Amino acid sequence: MMPLTELTVSRHNPLVDPSLHIWGWQIAVYLFLGGLVAGLMIIAGVRLIAIRPSQREALVCCTIGPIVGLTGLSLGMFTLFLDLSHKLHVWRLYTTFQITSPMSWGSWILLLVYPALVANGLAHLPEAIPALARRFPVIVTWSDFILAREWLVVAIGLSNMLVGIALGIYTGILLGTFGARPLWNSAILGPLFLLSGLSIAAATLHGILIIHTPDDERPTFADFLLSSLTKLIEAHPLDPKVGPVLAGADNSFLTIEAALLILFLIGNTTSTSVHQQAASLLLGGPYTAIFWVFVIGMGIVIPLILQSLELANRIRHTLAPSIFVILGGLALRFVLVYAGQQSHWLEALNR
Amino acid sequence: MNQLSRRRFLKIGAGSIVASAGLRQAARLAEPARAAAQSVVRRVPTFCNICFWECGAIASVRDGKLWKIEGNPLDPLSHGRLCPRGTGGIGAQFDPDRLRSPLIRVSHRGEDKWKAVTWEEALNVVAEKMQKIKSDYGPESFALFTHSLGGRFIQHTMRAYGTENITEPSFAQCRGPRDVGFTLTYGDDPRSPERTDIENAQCIVLIGSHLGENMHNTQVQEFAHAVGRGASIIVVDPRFSVAASKAKYYLPIKPGTDIALLLAWMNVIVSEKLYDKEYIDKYGFGFDQFAQIVQPYTPEWAYPETGIEPETIRATAREMARYRPATLIHPGRHTNWYGDDAQRSRAIALLNALMGSWGRKGGLWMPASLDIPAYPYPPYPKPARPAADNPGNKYPFADQSISTGIRDATISGQPYPIKGWMVYSTNLIYSLPSPPETIRAIQNLDFLVVIDTVPSEIAGWADVVLPESIYLERYDDLHTNPFKQPYIALRQPVVDAPADQKPNWWIAKTLAEKLGLGAYYPWKDIEEYLAWRVKAAGCSFEQLKRDGVILGAKQPIYFDEGAAATFDTPSKKIEFYSVQLQRAGFDPVPKYTRPDPGPPGSYRLLYGRAPMHTFSRTQTNPLLMDLESENSVWLNATEAVRLGFKNGDYVRLRNQDGVLSNRIAVKATERIRPDCVYMVHGFGHTAKGLRGAVGKGASDTQLMTRYKTDPLMGGTGLHVNFVTIEPEV
Amino acid sequence: MSRFAMVIDTRRCVGCNDCVVACKTEHGVPLGYSRDWITEELHGVFPDVRLEIRSERCNHCENPPCVSCCPTGASHIHDRGGVVLVDHEKCIGCKACLAACPYNARFVHPDGYVDKCTFCIHRVENGLDPACVSVCPTHCMHFGDLDDENSEVSRLLASRPYHSLIPEAGTKPCIFYLT
Ligand SMILES: Nc1nc2c(c(=O)[nH]1)N[C@H]1C(S)=C(S)[C@@H](COP(=O)(O)OP(=O)(O)OC[C@H]3O[C@@H](n4cnc5c(=O)[nH]c(N)nc54)[C@H](O)[C@@H]3O)O[C@H]1N2
Ligand SMILES: Nc1nc2c(c(=O)[nH]1)N[C@H]1C(S)=C(S)[C@@H](COP(=O)(O)OP(=O)(O)OC[C@H]3O[C@@H](n4cnc5c(=O)[nH]c(N)nc54)[C@H](O)[C@@H]3O)O[C@H]1N2
Ligand code: SF4
Ligand code: SF4
Ligand code: SF4
Ligand code: SF4
Ligand code: SF4
Ligand SMILES: [Mo]
Repeated sequence: MMPLTELTVSRHNPLVDPSLHIWGWQIAVYLFLGGLVAGLMIIAGVRLIAIRPSQREALVCCTIGPIVGLTGLSLGMFTLFLDLSHKLHVWRLYTTFQITSPMSWGSWILLLVYPALVANGLAHLPEAIPALARRFPVIVTWSDFILAREWLVVAIGLSNMLVGIALGIYTGILLGTFGARPLWNSAILGPLFLLSGLSIAAATLHGILIIHTPDDERPTFADFLLSSLTKLIEAHPLDPKVGPVLAGADNSFLTIEAALLILFLIGNTTSTSVHQQAASLLLGGPYTAIFWVFVIGMGIVIPLILQSLELANRIRHTLAPSIFVILGGLALRFVLVYAGQQSHWLEALNR
Repeated sequence: MNQLSRRRFLKIGAGSIVASAGLRQAARLAEPARAAAQSVVRRVPTFCNICFWECGAIASVRDGKLWKIEGNPLDPLSHGRLCPRGTGGIGAQFDPDRLRSPLIRVSHRGEDKWKAVTWEEALNVVAEKMQKIKSDYGPESFALFTHSLGGRFIQHTMRAYGTENITEPSFAQCRGPRDVGFTLTYGDDPRSPERTDIENAQCIVLIGSHLGENMHNTQVQEFAHAVGRGASIIVVDPRFSVAASKAKYYLPIKPGTDIALLLAWMNVIVSEKLYDKEYIDKYGFGFDQFAQIVQPYTPEWAYPETGIEPETIRATAREMARYRPATLIHPGRHTNWYGDDAQRSRAIALLNALMGSWGRKGGLWMPASLDIPAYPYPPYPKPARPAADNPGNKYPFADQSISTGIRDATISGQPYPIKGWMVYSTNLIYSLPSPPETIRAIQNLDFLVVIDTVPSEIAGWADVVLPESIYLERYDDLHTNPFKQPYIALRQPVVDAPADQKPNWWIAKTLAEKLGLGAYYPWKDIEEYLAWRVKAAGCSFEQLKRDGVILGAKQPIYFDEGAAATFDTPSKKIEFYSVQLQRAGFDPVPKYTRPDPGPPGSYRLLYGRAPMHTFSRTQTNPLLMDLESENSVWLNATEAVRLGFKNGDYVRLRNQDGVLSNRIAVKATERIRPDCVYMVHGFGHTAKGLRGAVGKGASDTQLMTRYKTDPLMGGTGLHVNFVTIEPEV
Repeated sequence: MSRFAMVIDTRRCVGCNDCVVACKTEHGVPLGYSRDWITEELHGVFPDVRLEIRSERCNHCENPPCVSCCPTGASHIHDRGGVVLVDHEKCIGCKACLAACPYNARFVHPDGYVDKCTFCIHRVENGLDPACVSVCPTHCMHFGDLDDENSEVSRLLASRPYHSLIPEAGTKPCIFYLT
């Protein structure tokens, strides 16, 4: 057959032509926050079951983590809401469950996240933020209620882990099931986004830990905010006993994430020409620079190096790797959300 | 896009759906069909006016609002299906750019500054100016430019006033050369709607005629059926047209060399004796001389001229002969190409004659008509001076008024001054080549009145602008064109005019009364007039109003069925050799002259139609603009690479006289020869009142500072302009 | 059972857009949006070129990813003919279905919900052809029931070569293009 030389499509629907751009920052941020929350939940769950309250790192994971998670989740649901074009009908999500729809699963999972995180956060809240507990004594009652029941602690921890894993995978699956967009259409996106979520969460907690050093024994919330700000600027030595746990975890997450990314790219480049074309968006197209500089370089390689040096006690723990990992995770979602929409089964030659 | 984000913004802000009250809001379509259950739908038969084909249609009004328009199944032109322009025709009704009331100029001519006035005031001014010109110069000094059926009553008023300078661009800018070329050969022309029996043709040859883009409905329908049943199709076009994509043979001819190809085909058919000998013996005149004359024009001779391989020429000639007489060499319609067009059309007529296709099934049928008496009016006054368009019979075979001839007379004042123009439904700035000449003529006028539906370019030059209601809001004269089966059709109002627009019959009648010519309008209103005519034709007006169309009895349309084989030529035969041409000093059998190649490095400017637009009249129709909002310039893909242009890049075209076009997007394509460029006519509007159209795409007319006049009939060949391409900065 | 389908003869289609504008008026599709459109696919180098012109719209896939991904059930398969529809009242405008459709057949209506071709089910249920089919001046479009082997669409598919769009995507489109 003669080669295809021109393809002209007369359609000009907004958001669809010349290439799809239905989803913007709202969805990228939503997926990012979803990943963060997922990671926070898993870590919180693990630490809840394994906690020794004397360890500050565990306290941060179990309590500050869930608080950040609840905030992130709410923000995420808000950005998702911002993206909806028929907003007044949003309640329709919760009058049905559509078994084949990742979004339906997602919206129900999101509902499970709240109680799980709240329960997890409550368990050790009095130790973690004593000022809060003094102001609201009922928190102590709830915490006591939970801690008095071993089975409940385990149940809360496990449910956080499970819901977290579901949520993390969901953020990837959401894109991965779109057969229509070859770049997304990969089973690896689920684990990839889960691992990326874990790394972001670990980095976030690591960062919080750096900011939230022991000399703030009993800070008021205002003190906490203020000292956090100052610590954003000056790097602080970290309690050598607790920092490495998170940095080390983050490094393992980043390593697996990198491996998954490589698998993802190999999967695409060895698949049909349509998938190759899709991968070329990242490997030799409009998104290549952002992908390599921000996602791989800044988001994975540099923090890996920095944290390895931290772990080897060659440098002090700083906020830098955390910020890089967080920005890298955000960049990963932006790149995939935008590039994925551009990938298509029919490459329009002539537009 | 903007509208969407704005709406979303409003929704988020106000928490409810707020419709933006903008200009385009008026253009919102009827509400979705889910409301249909409770709604009342009224269906009114009428016929379309988006082009001159005049297809029978049925408009639907839902809950008092114009909803849609579909073909009338009874109608022999549409067979129940309109073309896209017809379907989108309702957009003309809610076109936000429509004229809403009569306007009188308040500044100098050409500057769009107006005062809205009443009809009384406006028509008083028109009548007063007409009387003045009549008394100062005589009524012949007032000319009417008109186009389409809607102009009938205006013509009537002008004839009653005393002028014969009544002209339409459909002759000298459209089908004049073809009609003359065929009339010289057969004594009759292909008519409109064309007598082409595409329906039954087994071999169809299209020379230019870009059916499928040229959307003359019946022809396109029949063409598609022909494609479907596997008819052999031969397309000759420098551009790979839509029709070419359906063809068995596509001949990418060098522009302007069609006569060479036609001569070579005739040469093959004559030398291989492939013609219809019996037919020619019976009906032909001068065949032997003709055969002699075409002898030198072998395919080998034609090859370097046309770029078409001799073998292809032979193969296609034989292909045509294989299916004769059901071989139709389409006469074309817009044939003003190179200035030798009547002769090219004559060559096409002759090729048909060789096939024996005139009067035969699958060729060109003989039109059938109903006897519909004209309304009995008093006789018109006899003008003191003959029409001014063709002084001294300079173009001896012009058998209709030459629009550009009237323009010449207006510029030169010869043979006598033309001091007033009335322009009805023709955008002369677009339809006549060389706009500067049109403007020069307008500057010589004492008075220009334009009747239009939108503030078109020509309206911008007027002293008085009269807004007409659109076809869906008015009665017009009856449709009585002869066709395969005779019929009459009625245009009747579907909805009311939205503002102070009036129908042409009312304007013509009221003006006549103001001119003291009331005797020429003995009827009270148009319904009375129409009812009289329909009754006189032996039909029922009530039935016509109900059905839209009344069919007459079938008549023989082929010679074999008994249609009269008469030829209104001097010899009363088909003239292979034309003595009248020879006597007038022209070639009795068409000859080929090589077209001017144009300045080196430039491209010949070709143009044509887009299926969803009509000339310059549909670019404010929001529905049709939604389908195609600007034209593009087709440029051969290799040339585009050479010049460094990508598909979609904006450029400007500069013609041989330095005229620079509006910006236009490049369509870099494998569908056109490297020596020419192509664009759709009608875009690049400049009139600022055409808000939906102004500045979108480029105008071919603007680049036509040159034209080549056909010496036989005064048609203006328009394919003689050349352009270079400049990047848009 | 019935399985509605369209069979479109690309040899006859001239790309005139009548089907597009008819859909707009029939459904009051807002200006700037379209449920159907024309694609021109050109192969080769001048003058040896081949052009296929197609009228395209939602393929009413038998395996519609736009339905399976919809979180609210707004996108659904109608109980007659397998027609894929959107219930405007249920739609939240999440646009997952736009991402899921390999043909980009859907759009967000300015009123917020997602819209697309309905196969003119309101006409079909009244015994009429879809609006686009009924106006096409070249009679190149045919609508009917694939489960009825005597239907025009079944007979055309049995007698002529055809293709459908992006079959690799696995959606089982129900619009077929005769070549
Ligand atoms: N949609 C639509 N349809 C219309 C109209 C409309 O406005 N819109 N207008 C109607 C009217 S009034 C008319 S007159 C007709 C006009 O329509 P046609 O009679 O078909 O017009 P042409 O000028 O013959 O055709 C233009 C074609 O001729 C080709 N061409 C250019 N130069 C040459 C040449 O030197 N040789 C050959 N062989 N081909 C050449 C062009 O590439 C183009 O494909 O269309 C009618 N139909
Ligand atoms: N450069 C160039 N010139 C050409 C052609 C070309 O292809 N290129 N084509 C030639 C051909 S084939 C032809 S037939 C002519 C066509 O020439 P025209 O008939 O002049 O065509 P339009 O440009 O559509 O102008 C029609 C005008 O009538 C107005 N109008 C529309 N409907 C109505 C109505 O109901 N009532 C009134 N009163 N006015 C109405 C429109 O607003 C518009 O201003 O042009 C010829 N000139
Ligand atoms: S050919 Fe099209 S525009 Fe012309 S009269 Fe018929 S339907 Fe109307
Ligand atoms: S209406 Fe028919 S011929 Fe015209 S573009 Fe649509 S399918 Fe093709
Ligand atoms: S074409 Fe697209 S919208 Fe239509 S059914 Fe198939 S996937 Fe869904
Ligand atoms: S946009 Fe509407 S129809 Fe589409 S998936 Fe979301 S809820 Fe369903
Ligand atoms: S079937 Fe109906 S809704 Fe679908 S494209 Fe055709 S006219 Fe539009
Ligand atoms: Mo014309």
